[in-house]
Amino acid sequence: MRRSWPLILLLALLLPALAVAQAVRDPSPMQFTDQAEADRFHDLAGELRCVKCQNQSLADSNAAIAQDLRHEVLTLMRQGKSNAEVKDYLVARYGEFVLYRPRMDTKTWLLWFGPALVLLAGAVVVVNVVRRHSRMAAAGPPDSIKATAAVDEDQEW
Amino acid sequence: MTPIEKSTFSRWVPLLAAAAIGALLLAGVILSRSQDREALPSPLIGKSAPTFDLPVLHDASYRISSRELLGEPYLMNVWGSWCPECRVEHPVLTRFAETKRVRVVGYNLKDEREDALRWLEQFGNLYFVVLADYSGETALDWGIYGAPETFLVDAKGVVRWKHVGTVTQQILDDEVIPLLDRMDAES
Repeated sequence: MRRSWPLILLLALLLPALAVAQAVRDPSPMQFTDQAEADRFHDLAGELRCVKCQNQSLADSNAAIAQDLRHEVLTLMRQGKSNAEVKDYLVARYGEFVLYRPRMDTKTWLLWFGPALVLLAGAVVVVNVVRRHSRMAAAGPPDSIKATAAVDEDQEW
Repeated sequence: MTPIEKSTFSRWVPLLAAAAIGALLLAGVILSRSQDREALPSPLIGKSAPTFDLPVLHDASYRISSRELLGEPYLMNVWGSWCPECRVEHPVLTRFAETKRVRVVGYNLKDEREDALRWLEQFGNLYFVVLADYSGETALDWGIYGAPETFLVDAKGVVRWKHVGTVTQQILDDEVIPLLDRMDAES
């Protein structure tokens, strides 16, 4: 327990560094009218990226701009905007980047289908290798099977 | 294809695949080193600047609307007394404003009025006019997410350029001035 004091002291000293380059405003907490609104808000804010600290969602970030955008999102929700309309609003201002789940278009299709394509390529390779081996095993005379096996041992990759 | 040809080709496949993955990783490393990798491209470029109507910092009884700035291009610089980088670019922008190449409009974001006025008194006021956005509401329309940020708006009110972060002399020479020349040629 005593050993953790230097660490706590260090963290306390580093705290002011976190405050750089952010406008200081009172962080007024979000007020929700009911649970349904709160749930919908948290779902939506979790899908939106903070533009300042880009590895956090709008829901997690403490940046001043995230605070403002959270209030803006709630205001838009109360104006009767759908989730898609709220997202459109933010995309029009900050670009596609604000969406954690990027939309599918010519720029993002590789992102969406890339992993599947790699998996497919791997499957094609595996099928080819298996087919070739079984063809060799079926066609070749018995002593050539031994030779194939020896080659296989050399090529472990 | 004879069996021999096929086997020489397939021997190269793993090497090619490894090279491709290596190139991808290298590109990632190089990209992550660039200084403005966190700067977002503005979707506003090439579109009409968002309309606004904001009080003037030095006399809050005056307001300036986006319509009043039409007719000539302007460089809009977002700053705040709370922003350390704004101090860094301040002398660069001051020297540029003195050339009177373009109007430089200040956009004071989420500041206290006294702090902002003191800041200008201390470092010098380079701006043609300073707009004050205390709530940061208009800033949302511009896609502003911090300071410093700088926009170039043409005579027709179309956003032509945006820079996130400190403006340096090199950025002015390489990007802003050539673009201003092109805009002059267009009109």
